[in-house]
Amino acid sequence: MPEHVAGHFEDMEKQAHAARFGMWVFLGTEILFFSGLFALYIGYRVEHPRGFDVGVEHNTLVYGSVNTAVLLVSSYFVALGVHELRLGRNRLSAWLVGITILLGLAFLGIKTAEYLHHFSEGIYPGGSGRFFEEHRDPGLKMFFTLYFCMTGLHAIHVLVGCGVLAFLLYKVATRSIGAWAPHPLAIGAIYWHLIDVIWIFLWPLFYLVTGRVR
Amino acid sequence: MTTVDIAVPVPARRPAPRESYLNVAHTVKSWALTTDHKRIGILYLVTTILGMALGGVFALVLRTEHLSPGPTIVDAYTYNRLFTMHGITMVWLFMIPSIPTAFGNFLLPIMIGAKDVAFPRLNLLSYYIYLLGSIWVLIALWAGGCDTGWTFYAPYSTHSPSAVVPTVFGIFILGWSTIITGVNFIVTIHTMRAKGLGWFRMPLFVWAMYGVSIIQTLATPVLAISLLVVGIDHWFDWGLFDPARGGDPVLYQHLFWFYSHPAVYIMILPAMGVIIEVVCTFSHKNPASYKAIAYSTLGIAFVGFATWGHHMFVAGISVFDAAAFGVLSMLVAIFSAIKVFTWVLTMRRGSVVVTTPMLYFFAFLFLFVFGGMTGVAVATQSLDVHWHDTYFVVAHFHFIMVGSTMTAWLAALHYWFPKITGRMYPERLGYVGATLVFSGFFMTFFPQFLLGNAGMPRRYYDYAPRFQPLHVVSTVGAWILGAAMIWTLTYLLVALFRGERAPANPWDSRSYEWLTPSPPPKHNFVREPVFTRDPYDYTVPAEEVHA
Repeated sequence: MPEHVAGHFEDMEKQAHAARFGMWVFLGTEILFFSGLFALYIGYRVEHPRGFDVGVEHNTLVYGSVNTAVLLVSSYFVALGVHELRLGRNRLSAWLVGITILLGLAFLGIKTAEYLHHFSEGIYPGGSGRFFEEHRDPGLKMFFTLYFCMTGLHAIHVLVGCGVLAFLLYKVATRSIGAWAPHPLAIGAIYWHLIDVIWIFLWPLFYLVTGRVR
Repeated sequence: MTTVDIAVPVPARRPAPRESYLNVAHTVKSWALTTDHKRIGILYLVTTILGMALGGVFALVLRTEHLSPGPTIVDAYTYNRLFTMHGITMVWLFMIPSIPTAFGNFLLPIMIGAKDVAFPRLNLLSYYIYLLGSIWVLIALWAGGCDTGWTFYAPYSTHSPSAVVPTVFGIFILGWSTIITGVNFIVTIHTMRAKGLGWFRMPLFVWAMYGVSIIQTLATPVLAISLLVVGIDHWFDWGLFDPARGGDPVLYQHLFWFYSHPAVYIMILPAMGVIIEVVCTFSHKNPASYKAIAYSTLGIAFVGFATWGHHMFVAGISVFDAAAFGVLSMLVAIFSAIKVFTWVLTMRRGSVVVTTPMLYFFAFLFLFVFGGMTGVAVATQSLDVHWHDTYFVVAHFHFIMVGSTMTAWLAALHYWFPKITGRMYPERLGYVGATLVFSGFFMTFFPQFLLGNAGMPRRYYDYAPRFQPLHVVSTVGAWILGAAMIWTLTYLLVALFRGERAPANPWDSRSYEWLTPSPPPKHNFVREPVFTRDPYDYTVPAEEVHA
């Protein structure tokens, strides 16, 4: 069984701890990376409550909610994949990670369909398009620009996450990681969960919360 | 085929030099693809020096332009791009990475008794990201440079005709290098400490690296996203800071300073870490209070996140907010004062040896206290309204971040020169260099306090003739400073090849990095270190330390 303890670590446990801890610190970085856009959202929503309300009501709730479900289920599968890897069942684990990736791609597919729907309505980032000729509220323009920026940045993270998981899938399938060292997959899963958590905040901001009773 | 040589007299040879990280391999590849933290530290040191040289040239052209009112050697548009590129180069190519990436990389693992940082390959990646970002900034320069000032204030930055997009993208890339180094250091300090090395037995330089890494990982991403938004705004015209489309330029300032004020502590905390090591070693005494230094480091790291509004007193924030940010900013001064008093008290009743690093410490102390006190002054709302956007502010932040960081960086360069290179630097030439650096620096920036107070606005190409005498003094000071830097780097370069061989512990220090030979072997220690005493325990005689 291959042992992959790097020369500067005493044992695998220490190495795994360092790797997990490093990912947690990096998640802090990621959260602050997104927080800049969240700060813009808060600032502009306070300045333009009406425009943002109209924007939230205009977005299709079904798209956002189905995508939320897809991501949550994908997180379940990757967590299960880590569990199975710890028990030494590499084959099953690889399948579970594969399903996670497929769900991630499904999320991106739904997101693309939603973007195309917006484009067909004449909604483009930067407040251009015929939709904004009828709706002149500057808050609405900002709402959709932020919508594209924040969900777009999130979608890039989903794509990167899929790439990371694909790499780990290869490692699991070729048995270069396994029960003796499951931490690379565990770390990849933590990153995937973060992507999930960010969406959990984007969902209410762009689909659910309005100041008015529907 | 076998060769048998019996009793062939062997010509007398010098004994083979001891194996060190420098002579284990000599190929270019062994440097370019190294994962040894010491070699990566050297790569960073060389590259950051090049960054400093570039920023220095910009500075000298700027100062020369100000020899006379009106056009002197460059036109107004070039001037705007020069001061922008000067700021960008000095901040992101030199000062932010300077001490943590070069000296931090080299020393941190040694100081905690580890063989390497937690993620050596990420460490190398971080260097290449830094290199890529630097090249990107150079490409931006080649594309004409950027004229927005290093702050990229919207809305001008979203419409400036200069090369804003490549510039902000270069800084975006540089940011990820900083973040990776920060993550690496935090994990290293948490998980790689040798047996017997508790948190409160770490050398204080390690505490400084810990504080700075926290800021690097938590503040830099905010800069990354803000600059990304500016880049998008400039490139696609999405108007995220455009009031006509619901945007707000002041929000950009909030985001920018949320990073860029803590960034000042990214520059100064490592400098403080160097200073305490230098003071303890050359006073041959333990710090007046270890915990005061350690806790005030964390204090600055955390309070630094709540002070950004003091850059915006005239940007339209409320009087209440301004007052709150003013008070929070002064908290930083309290932590800094704790450090200043501890450094000075450390020398009391010590056996002070005045070496070049120690001279740089004295320069640091003066510049830091002067810059710090003027900092408290500009954190006061009523005074800042008068001084805002004048040379007073320019002088203040050059004293506190450039003066302090640069003198500490030079102190570090001399103090650890024997450890890093295995050679001694010439002490007398060092005295001359330190004196010239301080005189040049003081002469450059002290007149700028007076200029600012008299009403000279910052970033202006032209000025009223009555300001000329002070401008001339400042320019001559800058030339002296430039000459001093060339002087210093020249004798260090000569010492690199011709210097006397350095023993393991030339300074008679008790700190852990001096336990290993100079230069250190590839895996840092000949034997696995066990730390049974404090790094500042001067009650132990030196012979016992090395027994």
